[in-house]
Amino acid sequence: MAIEVRIPTILRSHTGGAKIVEGTGDTLGDLFADLDSRHDGLKGRLVTDTGALHRFVNVYINDEDVRFLGALEAKLNDGDSVTILPAVAGGAPDFAAVAARGLRAGSPAAR
Amino acid sequence: MLSIDRAIVDAIVAHARRDHPDEACGVVAGPAGSDLATRHIPMENAARSMTFYEFDSMEQLRVWREMDDRDEAPVVIYHSHTATEAYPSRTDVSFAGEPDAHYLLVSTREPDSEEIRSFRIVAGVVTEEKVCILDAGVDPHAVQSYMFGQSPATVDYECSGR
Ligand SMILES: [Zn+2]
Repeated sequence: MAIEVRIPTILRSHTGGAKIVEGTGDTLGDLFADLDSRHDGLKGRLVTDTGALHRFVNVYINDEDVRFLGALEAKLNDGDSVTILPAVAGGAPDFAAVAARGLRAGSPAAR
Repeated sequence: MLSIDRAIVDAIVAHARRDHPDEACGVVAGPAGSDLATRHIPMENAARSMTFYEFDSMEQLRVWREMDDRDEAPVVIYHSHTATEAYPSRTDVSFAGEPDAHYLLVSTREPDSEEIRSFRIVAGVVTEEKVCILDAGVDPHAVQSYMFGQSPATVDYECSGR
C-alpha cells in the first residue's frame, strides 16, 4: 500500500500538474527520496542543501505537523496521508527589523 | 487586478487596526478558478510580532482543508505592515507560495489612513496590480476604483474588465 501525498499548486510543475501523487518510504525523508525519483526536483523544494526540512513548506502526516514528529525522521505507515502546504509567512522590510534589533537594549547587533 | 467588496476591505482594515502594532494576517477565499474574493478568514499571527507574520501551521491546515472541501482557493492572502509602506519585503517575496493569489498589503503606520496595495508574486517577481473596490448594496455599476500605489500608468477609474 502506498502513501498519498497532496501537492500544493506551487510544486505541481514537478508532478505534471498532479494534485495527488503516491509514494513509499519508512520515513518522511525516504518518501521524499522516492517521490524525487519520479518527480524530478521535488525533493529540492522540500529539503535544504544541509538536509533539513525547508522553512517555506509545512508538511503534515495525517493531521500532525511533522516538525513535532521528528521532521524528515518522522515515521510513516502504509495508508498514511501526507499534505504539503506552502508556509504563509513574511514580514516588514528588513531595515525595520534591523532598526528594531538596534533599539533593543544590550543588543550586540548594534555595531 | 483585484476586485474586492468594500465590506471585506473594511473587515481586513479593522483586523489590521485591532492587531496593531503587531502584524495581522489572513485569507479571503473564493470559488476555485473564479478569482472572486468572497469569504474573509482572519488568521492568527503565530509570530505575534511587529515585523513578522506567520500562519499557525495547524490553523492553516484546517483552513486549507476547509477550502478544499468547499472547492475554494485562497484568492487573497493579506498581511499588515505596521511601521512601513504596504510593499512586499524580501521575506514576503521569498515565502510567497501561492502563485494564483493576490497578495494584499495594508499599512497601518498612519493612525487615521490606510495604504492598501495588491501584488502578484510569482517566482520571486513582484507585480503591483490595481485594486478595484466594489460597493455592494449600492448600484452594482457604481464601482469605485483606486490605485493605492505609485504606478499611475495603471490607474483606471472605470474598473475595466468587470
Ligand atoms: Zn510583509
